[in-house]
Amino acid sequence: MRVLVIEDDQETAAFLKRALKESGHMAEHAADGEAGLESARANAYDVLIVDRMLPKLDGLDVIKALRTDEIHTPVLILSALGEVDDRVKGLRAGGDDYLTKPYAFSELLARIEVLARRTSPEEGSTRLSVGDLVLDRLSHKVTRAGEAILLQPREFRLLEYLMKHAGQVVTRTMLLENVWDYHFDPQTNVIDVHISRLRSKIDKNFEQPLLHTVRGAGYTIRDSAH
Amino acid sequence: MTALTKLFRTTTFRLSLTYFALFSAAAIIAIVYLYWNTTVLLSRQLNQTIDAELKGLAEQYQAGGRDQLVRIVAQRSRTPGNSLYLVADRSEKQLAGNLSAVSPQLWDSVGPVEFFYSRPAPGGMEQRLAFANVFRLPGGDRLIVGRDIEDRRELSRLIRSTMLWGLGVMALVGLGGGYWVSRRLLARVDKLSATTRTIMAGDLSRRLPVSGSGDELDRLAESLNLMLGRIEQLMAGMREVSDNIAHDLKTPLNRLRNRVEEALREPPDETTYRAALERTIEEADGLMKTFNALLSIARLEAGAGGDDRDSLNLSAVVGDAAELYEPVAEERGIALKVDLASHLPVRGNRQLLGQAIANLIDNALKYGGVPAAQANGHASEVVVSTSSHDGLAEIAVSDRGPGVPEQERERVLSRFVRLEASRSEPGSGLGLSLVAAVARLHGGTVRLEDNEPGLRVVFSLPLENGAQGAKTAVRPSPGGELRPT
Repeated sequence: MRVLVIEDDQETAAFLKRALKESGHMAEHAADGEAGLESARANAYDVLIVDRMLPKLDGLDVIKALRTDEIHTPVLILSALGEVDDRVKGLRAGGDDYLTKPYAFSELLARIEVLARRTSPEEGSTRLSVGDLVLDRLSHKVTRAGEAILLQPREFRLLEYLMKHAGQVVTRTMLLENVWDYHFDPQTNVIDVHISRLRSKIDKNFEQPLLHTVRGAGYTIRDSAH
Repeated sequence: MTALTKLFRTTTFRLSLTYFALFSAAAIIAIVYLYWNTTVLLSRQLNQTIDAELKGLAEQYQAGGRDQLVRIVAQRSRTPGNSLYLVADRSEKQLAGNLSAVSPQLWDSVGPVEFFYSRPAPGGMEQRLAFANVFRLPGGDRLIVGRDIEDRRELSRLIRSTMLWGLGVMALVGLGGGYWVSRRLLARVDKLSATTRTIMAGDLSRRLPVSGSGDELDRLAESLNLMLGRIEQLMAGMREVSDNIAHDLKTPLNRLRNRVEEALREPPDETTYRAALERTIEEADGLMKTFNALLSIARLEAGAGGDDRDSLNLSAVVGDAAELYEPVAEERGIALKVDLASHLPVRGNRQLLGQAIANLIDNALKYGGVPAAQANGHASEVVVSTSSHDGLAEIAVSDRGPGVPEQERERVLSRFVRLEASRSEPGSGLGLSLVAAVARLHGGTVRLEDNEPGLRVVFSLPLENGAQGAKTAVRPSPGGELRPT
């Protein structure tokens, strides 16, 4: 994956470049809004990481300019401003996801990987499957190895989100945002409890577990047989 | 700036100066007009009288010749009064009349003329002003008929000097009055600004003096005093917050530092380092959470997010939050009961309300757990309900935990306040103050009640419908107050 980091803080940018490379991605860096916009126009990136406040051209203006030019590269906005209205502004400007500083790198990585594969063919299909687990988005039925699994509506949506991003790491915050539409941090780790309940329904009676915990990052659903 | 220039710069003084100038101009115009008209009228009358007399005397001259004229003039001259006569022949020799020693130029003048003449008076001769008409008789003789107008001149002089004196007195009274009023006002304003400076220097407990007269300066001072009261309250709140931050952020920061130091002292070993680093990250995350919560509360109290509202069904918002915690309750063996009214329309921010309700449920699950409830002789149960009455939507979250003593109830809504009993539990102590801030932003309140036993927190906010609309629109006063209003 080819990533452009538009960030004015040299140290943060260097850290991101290094960490992205270690994760197997190609990362380039632009130190201000104008240079970033130029690079993003000239090259085909899979994801842009844009700092909200940049010298010369503000992060949101960079995104607006790109969208005006019909360049739809997914954008993750990084910002120190974390309130609900700030994030709404960021998404309205054309950003695809919003991450508040300070963040864990695992969170950032999970988010850009999901963003980059946003346009995967799985996205629009009505039937999602991982191994022998099948989720039908129309009939709201879930089966594993042909056996029906009864899920509550929220559990269904949780599984649907995980399966839509099968093989990718999704963080607790991503689940909270996308499944519950909550943009705050509940003090207790409620997501873990929801996951363990879901896990008991889909994995308990089967030899091959599908739902995995990724330490220090989040969860992933994948067929480990492959 | 000297005291005098300061005085000249006051609004009152400038106003009195302006008024003084305007009134003086008006008075001068009036007096000049009066004076002018009177003079013109008197002159015209005098002229007419003199003309008539001249004509009469000319007729006498025609009828009886020079002798008759001389006789009549001599006769008239003897009558006391201010009439002046003179008859002279061609060589300008005086024949009759009470006007003597006339200057030669006078004989050549035609028509009305003003001149000075001398008249015997006690203690010598005196110069007086006269107004006369010179008439040439057919035989070459001349006749002068005039009036002594010295009295009139005296009157004019009197009017002029009265006018000047009047203006002088007016100027004195006007400027003096302006000076006095301005001085008085300036003294009060000086007192106000001196007090303001003392307050600015840091003594926030000082108040501006109020004279008690209820005038505009008093009203201003009263408003400013109210503002000062508010500022003092805000400052006290700020101080409390910074004290609390100092305590609740510095303690974990210190812990973090100690751990890192300790790890450095240990013999170099990757496992120890790794463990120490992981714990450092954990501690840093905890600090960030506290910091974020503090920022959120500060922003809420400043009114942020108040504009970003939608029409919501409060029961649905509460239901979602309860559903989020339902597996947690089940895992801990707590019965989470949800009793929701069918539809409660409110105007609010779903994220903020969701967070507030989540905080309340989180608290109830944390403090009303199985051991705490059993200590009270009850099964552990958390009840989340919504209802409406008197135009208010109410959310109640109750547990069977230790509850909060009545005298502590208001205090726990403040930032960082954690009762001693709960110090061992994880958390920043900011949960309830965030709830209170959200309630205030929505024009609502939070109150703590006794659940007999346990704690019952009631969060109420105005329902959205016509009459309640105005109440909902009330923005909270920013910052400072730690209790919901």
